[in-house]
Amino acid sequence: MSEEKKVSRRDILKMGTAGAFGIAGSYYLNKMTQIPTVAQASNDSSHKKGNHSNHANMSDKTITTGYKMAERLLTEFDYGKVTKLPNGQTLREYEVVAIDKEIEIAKGIKFPGWTYNGTIPGPTFRCTEGDLLRFNFINEGSHPHSIHFHGIHPPEMDGLTSIYPGQRFTYEFEAKPYGLQIYHCHVLPLARHIHKGLYGNFIIDPKKPREPALELNMVMNGYDLDLDGENEFYTVNGYAFAFMNHPIKIKKDQLVRIYLSNLTEFDLLNSFHLHANYFTYYPTGRNDNPSQFTDTIMQCQGERGIIEVRFPYKGIYMFHAHVSEFAELGWMGFFEVE
Amino acid sequence: MKGKWLITVLIPLVLLIGVLGWVLKNGAGVEKDPAAPIEVLNIERIKVTKIGFELFVSNTGPKPLTISQVMVNDSVWNFNVAPQAKLERFDEGKVTISYPWVEGDPHTIKLITENGIITEGEVAAATLTPETTWSNFLNYGLIGFYVGIVPITLGLLWYPFMKRFSRKSINGILALTVGLLLFLFVGTLADGFEIGAEAPSVFQGNMVVIIAASLTFLLLIGFDQYQQRKQEKKGYSPFGLALLMATGIGLHNFGEGLAIGSSFALGEAALGTFLIIGFTLHNITEGIGIAAPLLKTTPRFRDFLLLGVIAGAPAIVGTWVGGFIFSPIWGALFLGIGAGAILQVIYVITKMLIEDHRKHNEESVSWLNLSGFAIGLLIMYFTAFFVKF
Repeated sequence: MSEEKKVSRRDILKMGTAGAFGIAGSYYLNKMTQIPTVAQASNDSSHKKGNHSNHANMSDKTITTGYKMAERLLTEFDYGKVTKLPNGQTLREYEVVAIDKEIEIAKGIKFPGWTYNGTIPGPTFRCTEGDLLRFNFINEGSHPHSIHFHGIHPPEMDGLTSIYPGQRFTYEFEAKPYGLQIYHCHVLPLARHIHKGLYGNFIIDPKKPREPALELNMVMNGYDLDLDGENEFYTVNGYAFAFMNHPIKIKKDQLVRIYLSNLTEFDLLNSFHLHANYFTYYPTGRNDNPSQFTDTIMQCQGERGIIEVRFPYKGIYMFHAHVSEFAELGWMGFFEVE
Repeated sequence: MKGKWLITVLIPLVLLIGVLGWVLKNGAGVEKDPAAPIEVLNIERIKVTKIGFELFVSNTGPKPLTISQVMVNDSVWNFNVAPQAKLERFDEGKVTISYPWVEGDPHTIKLITENGIITEGEVAAATLTPETTWSNFLNYGLIGFYVGIVPITLGLLWYPFMKRFSRKSINGILALTVGLLLFLFVGTLADGFEIGAEAPSVFQGNMVVIIAASLTFLLLIGFDQYQQRKQEKKGYSPFGLALLMATGIGLHNFGEGLAIGSSFALGEAALGTFLIIGFTLHNITEGIGIAAPLLKTTPRFRDFLLLGVIAGAPAIVGTWVGGFIFSPIWGALFLGIGAGAILQVIYVITKMLIEDHRKHNEESVSWLNLSGFAIGLLIMYFTAFFVKF
């Protein structure tokens, strides 16, 4: 750097000009940039073009293992091994095995479940009021489990005693009262044992049979994948969006009877809402309870009831939890009336 | 002789291989399988498009993983993964989600793997991510220009005023510069750690910052010593020192550019204009700092221009990188280098100050120097109010 060369007045002027240019530029910068600085309500036409209102947020018609399980549980009832006792009473014997099993709960997602007989929910046990029931329970899981049945029975058959892995126990009691009962594991910690999948419906039919109908079994539940006490998925019969992608086929004017129960953990309530139709709801499946004629009912944890409905028009009827969050996280389906 | 020497090398090596082999075969004596699947899915960048979201993801876990479900704002949503949903270790993929996002709203996106491991990504305030078009490129460059080059040039304009100072006051100004630089050093380091923490953990972002900073610092010092020995020169040429400062500050400004560019890209554009004003104010002082070492000389106009560009232009590059190709790990690396470079300038100026005062038999921490230093720190502290939220 030469010592002689001084900063001339002209140079200062040049620098000043650069500075003034800079300030002016800063001022106009806002107008020149096309980047919005204020948040605006979206009016992007592309939102309108994409059809987001067709409830196709989780469309996938593949018949996965998880869907097969949900579909099976919808119509499969376990009546047990039936024999007659000397006094003329019907004896029903059921095999129940607790198994640790990975269950597909949404397409491609495996849940490390604890199950009765390998499904979540467990099998739907079914009998008639007055039958003698014998549940041969074998624990092949990694934790102590039990079966706690709702209904009326001697307290020692109530399932509060832990049956340890490798052990077996027989629950024996008379089926009463008629209605829709549930069963679940009652070993502590309770929430974890139930949430892992140890629950199911237990139907005691009245002695005078109900009117013939298309009978469907639906257990509402949820899955907490990261164990933060909040469910990531909500389903009926254990598989997210099962009956949305594979609608349940129904005949026009046919009587449909749904055995519906709520075994969702971590959320207080779940609900059932039917579109474009009304149904009769019998709490706990009792004809003598005050029933409701409605399109939406709500169930607390452990609450259950029977829905009876006929569809007067052909077409697609949606049903889902009326808690929108649950619906969008898997608890949504269709009836297809032909 | 030679054989023996070779054997002494080989024996520990063979033993080591033996030990490793044994551990690999038999395990460490503790349980073999992890209790829960270890899956690490990283969301590196979320682009908001007209159709919805595009997530750039990578698998940095030890095992392959499969993305099975996607939720947006607690709602299961359809998605696509390119090239496929199964990602091998270090594989990258693009998840495309068609979603009617709402301008300005926050959106949470959860990716769920086959084993139920959840990775969460967030769009703080949804707005279209700027596309890499020429006009955007130009706009971003312009922002970088006004944040970097303009304020530094404005700061350099104080040169004629500072020129009238006595030797002691010049030293005071240099002490002020040390104050400014110390603030910048800590700030750059902190920004580096912040960005580094967002990088996939396998890359250890914080260590990248520390390694980059310490190596840059030592390398620059080593390079100086080598040059000084070579040229048999004593101390720094003032212009050399100013150049050094401009480089360090330039790297820091690259980081500022990154911050601005990515804040636009992340939809926090409302901050943008304020950020620009704030950085401009903040950076004027950097110009003063760069001019300080030149006070005893008579630089030419083009020297100022060169210094302004070296210190300011990286802000332009940073804005582009932040706006279009932002990746936390590169950010961490550049900010680490910046911190190291600034630290080296602090070292050089402090050494120069001490030597100058010793030569004149004065204490180096005079009241004037202390005040300069404090004012430097405080100026930076208070002008930073404009850019910190």
